[in-house]
Amino acid sequence: MTQDRKTFVAWLQAAPMMLVFALFFLLPLLFVTIVSAWDYNEYEMIPAFSLRGYTDTFEGCIADLPNLCTILKTYLNTLKLCLLTWGLTLLIGFTVAYFLAFHVRSKTWQIVLTLLCTIPFWTSNVIRMIAWIPLLGRNGLVNRGLEGAGLIKQPLEWLLFSEFSVVLALVHLFTFFMVVPIFNSMIRIDKRLIEAAYDAGASGWQTLVNVIIPLTKPGIVIGSIFVITIVMGDFVTIGVMGGQQIASAGKIIESRLNALQFPAAAANAVILLGVTILIISALTRIVDIRKEL
Amino acid sequence: MTKSSKLDRSISRRAMLKGTAGAVGLAAGSGAITGFPYIHGAEPKVLRYLGTAVNEGDEISKKCLEDTGIKIEYITATTDDVTKRVITQPNSFDVLDTEYFSLRKLVPSGNIFALDAKKIKEFDNITPVFTKGQLPNGKKIGDQGTAPWKVLYLEGANSKTFSKTPTEFVTLIPTVYNADTLGIRPDLIKRPISSWTELLNPEFKGKASILNIPSIGIMDAAMVVEASGQHTYADKGNMTKPEIDLTMKIMTEAKKAGQFRAFWKDFNESVNLMASGETVIQSMWSPAVTKVRSMGIACTFQPLKEGYRSWASGFCVSKAVSGPKLDWAYEFVNWYLSGWAGAYLNRQGYYSAVLSTAKANMTADEWGYWMEGKAAVNDIKAPDGTILEKAGAKRDGGSYDDRMGAVACWNAVMDENDYMVRKWNEFIAA
Repeated sequence: MTQDRKTFVAWLQAAPMMLVFALFFLLPLLFVTIVSAWDYNEYEMIPAFSLRGYTDTFEGCIADLPNLCTILKTYLNTLKLCLLTWGLTLLIGFTVAYFLAFHVRSKTWQIVLTLLCTIPFWTSNVIRMIAWIPLLGRNGLVNRGLEGAGLIKQPLEWLLFSEFSVVLALVHLFTFFMVVPIFNSMIRIDKRLIEAAYDAGASGWQTLVNVIIPLTKPGIVIGSIFVITIVMGDFVTIGVMGGQQIASAGKIIESRLNALQFPAAAANAVILLGVTILIISALTRIVDIRKEL
Repeated sequence: MTKSSKLDRSISRRAMLKGTAGAVGLAAGSGAITGFPYIHGAEPKVLRYLGTAVNEGDEISKKCLEDTGIKIEYITATTDDVTKRVITQPNSFDVLDTEYFSLRKLVPSGNIFALDAKKIKEFDNITPVFTKGQLPNGKKIGDQGTAPWKVLYLEGANSKTFSKTPTEFVTLIPTVYNADTLGIRPDLIKRPISSWTELLNPEFKGKASILNIPSIGIMDAAMVVEASGQHTYADKGNMTKPEIDLTMKIMTEAKKAGQFRAFWKDFNESVNLMASGETVIQSMWSPAVTKVRSMGIACTFQPLKEGYRSWASGFCVSKAVSGPKLDWAYEFVNWYLSGWAGAYLNRQGYYSAVLSTAKANMTADEWGYWMEGKAAVNDIKAPDGTILEKAGAKRDGGSYDDRMGAVACWNAVMDENDYMVRKWNEFIAA
């Protein structure tokens, strides 16, 4: 009886969130999936079963072998950007979090410095990205500086509108999403464990690898999920920083939407969702977040 | 929502006609809009105006309110989003300002309402560019693509078929149009440019750009392909699949060779690319060239021997509009064509649909500079008063007849649009 009531109360407590989730996430997702199997013409969706959105998307994937078809090329490219961004944000994010958690003693300074990390979010996404142009452009600060120092004769073209600039902007934008969960994990590590490791004669490196990293795994995984899901779906940053010349999974969806080809866009969205879920489930296979939290 | 407020309004109108206190009380009691007894003229005339930022000037809405008492509420979106909104939310706007090429999507959707030419005072004075595809002097102009005169009339009030002969049912009442070409930085190129082929000239490797709106970008690409003699299209605005393949192949090769610095999608991006020197040659819009120039940077809207790619836009209303709102819409459109707005548009480098009324609202010097290709006698000012050109300057491309007369094709939606969009994605991924 009490057990039943407890379960009931637990469900009741979870109900508001479940409702929001069902209404604003599951239901729209269901619609997108249904629409992805509809037909369409120039101006409207036709509610008749058709897998045209999918078959069009994978057009040429077999016929063009050994050359890669558009969708595979696009996904490989998106994955590459995602991997680079993930690696760099992890490295930088971990370092920053480590500094905040173990080197900054006072709580006030920890808070102040964490808030400083949010500075990139004080302006709009678009303004932040446009600000790179006077810095990295052909006549930008970096090129001027290097030329002035006599290091280069011709301006470096690859600084802007390249994969370099895309990754740079993504890292700049999303490192914060790594810092916070990793910092959160680190701050909860019992300081006595580190003292014990020190007493047992572990070097700083050994403490890091054998004590701190295993204990911050949940933070790393949560941060990774944030970064990977955002980068996989991003098309604005990749578009602006890549000079619209770099393909991304999100960009394909956008151009389909703009051409009013909603079912094709929905099909691409379902594919993107599938790929992202695969990556995330692989990650959670490595670390069971629920157990670690 | 819209329905209920319309009902309220009809109640209050009836109340006014009866003029009895009881009826007024009933209307007020029924919660009619303000809840106050109806007073004639107290209800503001408001029109929700959906369009792109290009035509939505604050000056225009201010002047319109002053002249007609109609309050314009702008709903601003990109070209693609305007179309999307008409298709998916026809109740969310009253007046629509859009381009003729999108009509091939909008008209079959049945979400827009054709206006009656007989209720447009200046309709017979609209430039023959729209009605006959010729200049006022009778010269025929290019008709490739979705030229406005092909989609100007419908067969009937609720028809979804374009009429080949003039009818009174007009899809879009013409307002503004222009001839687009390449913008260049003459200070960095340092030699004359006269052909579209220069866009893919390896001399400008890494310094060229085109528009990343597939349906417009591919037209610019087609101008280049045709100019370089690689293919002559039957209709650049309606390519066959092999023609799309060919065009995209040439563009893909150029992209892989690093010809393009970036593609641009909105007005400000094009201005930034050009002003910062990232690009020296790119497809561009007239006001963007003006903006770069007003920053003190040399920029030319270069006339090219193969001609211009043109676009045109106009007004229609949502099918949800009726009753007094429809009357206001007619009043607004009539005001728009009555001259003040036309002069305002002309001063930005666009062209207005009714030339005679716009002329009456411009000085002889302004008209000479913008429309007749004459050297400016005094400094030429933008609508906001900033100096655009010093005395003695001439407009790029010359007069109205020179520029509109050299139009080669119009922005278009192709029959193979679906295929084209896929090929464009392939091009981006290459």
